[in-house]
Amino acid sequence: MPINIIEKIEIKYLQIVNEKGEADSSLMPPLSNDEIKKLFETMILARTFNHRALSLQREGRIGTYASIWGQEASQIGSAYALDKDDWIFPSFRESGVFVEKGYPLWMLYRYWAGDERGMQIPEGFYLFPMSVPVGTHVPHATGAAWAMRLKGHRKVAAAYFGDGGSSKGDFYEGMNFAGVFKAPVIFLCQNNQWAISVPRARQTAAKTIAQKAAACGFEGIQVDGNDIFAVYKATKDAVEKAKNGGGPTLIECFTYRLDDHTTSDDASRYRTEEEVEVWKKKEPLIRLRLFMEKKGLWTKQYEDEVSKKAQETVDKEIQKAEAFAAPDPADIVRYTYGELTPRQKRELKEFGWEK
Amino acid sequence: MGKINIVQAINQALAEEMERDRDVVILGEDVAKDGGVFRVTQGLLDKFGPERVIDTPLSELGIIGAAVGLAAYGIKPVAEIQFMGFIYAGLEQVFSHAARIRSRSRGRYTCPMVVRTPYGIGIKPPELHSESSEALFAQMPGIKVVVPSTPYNAKGLLKSAIRDPDTVIFLEPSRLYRSIKSDVPDGEYTIPLGKAHIHEQGKDITVVAWGTMLHRAADAAEDFDCEIIDLMTLRPYDEETIINSVKKTGRLVIVHEAPRVGGFGAEIAALVAEKAMEYLKAPILRVTAPDAVIPMARLEDHYMPSPESIKKAYRTVMEY
Ligand SMILES: Cc1ncc(C[n+]2csc(CCOP(=O)(O)OP(=O)(O)O)c2C)c(N)n1
Ligand SMILES: [Mg+2]
Repeated sequence: MPINIIEKIEIKYLQIVNEKGEADSSLMPPLSNDEIKKLFETMILARTFNHRALSLQREGRIGTYASIWGQEASQIGSAYALDKDDWIFPSFRESGVFVEKGYPLWMLYRYWAGDERGMQIPEGFYLFPMSVPVGTHVPHATGAAWAMRLKGHRKVAAAYFGDGGSSKGDFYEGMNFAGVFKAPVIFLCQNNQWAISVPRARQTAAKTIAQKAAACGFEGIQVDGNDIFAVYKATKDAVEKAKNGGGPTLIECFTYRLDDHTTSDDASRYRTEEEVEVWKKKEPLIRLRLFMEKKGLWTKQYEDEVSKKAQETVDKEIQKAEAFAAPDPADIVRYTYGELTPRQKRELKEFGWEK
Repeated sequence: MGKINIVQAINQALAEEMERDRDVVILGEDVAKDGGVFRVTQGLLDKFGPERVIDTPLSELGIIGAAVGLAAYGIKPVAEIQFMGFIYAGLEQVFSHAARIRSRSRGRYTCPMVVRTPYGIGIKPPELHSESSEALFAQMPGIKVVVPSTPYNAKGLLKSAIRDPDTVIFLEPSRLYRSIKSDVPDGEYTIPLGKAHIHEQGKDITVVAWGTMLHRAADAAEDFDCEIIDLMTLRPYDEETIINSVKKTGRLVIVHEAPRVGGFGAEIAALVAEKAMEYLKAPILRVTAPDAVIPMARLEDHYMPSPESIKKAYRTVMEY
């Protein structure tokens, strides 16, 4: 009896614009100049938001914060490929996704200042509150996408998570369900090479995270996560496929976390400055800038104006966040159930929280 | 002798037990190179090497589940879960396996392991970093639940936990990690599991607390004559010390930071109602968090039992 090969797995890697800013025009998605500028401006805004969050934390004005520096292309390129009414299940390191979706920045600052109201998602947004327990939200995206299919809605759900998240059962199980039920869901892995101090090689002995989709019966692709066009195209294609009944896709954005894990972390304990320097040269804004310059879309003056505007926007949002009234302690019990339990009614009095 | 904090005390206990027993290994997220996010395992990688101080993939289920197998085979795993709020994915492994393997195999297999995790409210961290679900574990036969409150008892209890023949969930109050220092003897000592400690003698009110609340309850007792019992082990807990104290004082106040319904205070109140009812001069009172999800940093102080609310309970039982 001969031994037959019964399955072969191939994993594609997609890069469209290289580190010199040169594009492969055969792969380039159809984006207008205005759209490209919009992506650039969104990246600047996200970076400004992020930068200010880090300084607010140092000044004690917000709590622990998880920086997105270096991951802007992965987040904004993918979020841009999702429609306004698609659902997004983010992790705690997705400020760029929130910014791209136009989420009120002052609310994000409130959240990071330790206020649940920052995640009281306004009407018209389909973002879930960011998930703090790693990977736990992956099956939620599968469920929401499945519901979209059951209801006949032409939409997708997307889950964002990290390389560390890909080690969790929740990730495998959520993907497995998605494959079985052909849910229109996009799994967006932000492989930033680190899970706090644990390097990517410690999360899996597999060569890529993308290939994990194969065991669930659908396609996984690795993209250059610092190339916003590659991320955008892969996501856009996955969205089209899902909306046309083709089921889920796993996209591994190969990127890098340039900052400490969070403001409570000190990455110098476990990784070298040289490694970070290498990745700083590859960071996504440099590449987009080079590409745009070649197309005549970028000048120093243009960027200065964009940055200034972003600063002004962020300043206003911080003012708004900090002027917002302190939360009402009664909120602690108010949202536990649809209605207060008899005990909670008593407790409101007991704790002196009843108005 | 020397004054150290709880982080250092636990680090010492781990180092000494690893020195003493070659089978003791540490596994968890960021425990090796980074020395743990609270630096509890700092320096241990250098001392004992990567085969014994192990950074795992990010998987609480994997950490605890693998620890069950390691333990069954004869390794002594001390697993670290980075925060109690992330232990839940590992609960099936704790409840359905670690807690039962001795019983299911009628003694043929056992699971002597320790699961350490920072727990409790009070450091204004992000969401889910303040869980206080000790009652959930204490309800489960087959595992032991330990909560230290000082550097001295953290060290002695952890050493006992590592040597224990069964699974011990070791809950480390994160608020206390660096906030209190105490003398710890240089020499070898252990503190037995299952025994409470009378933290302060008194004759009017028996106060039972553990972890962070032990200190709150003691601070609030200034103007009262309280006998403060540091429970230390929640399962199996020291019924005798509590009952004897209540027989003396006739009053019982229990303080915990978890919500009241189904909290471990309910067990203690029920015990006293069963065994010492006739000695009570006042109703048993519990000072706890409200019956609600733990809030984020901005409302954290409101959620935690306040010194005023504890004093009020003391006053109420005295004036009854
Ligand atoms: C279930 C769970 N375990 C542990 C943690 C603590 N923790 C927070 S972030 C993190 C690393 C996450 O790494 P990765 O998934 O790669 O995401 P990244 O932080 O790199 O964006 C850990 C261990 C957590 N939040 N949730
Ligand atoms: Mg990562």
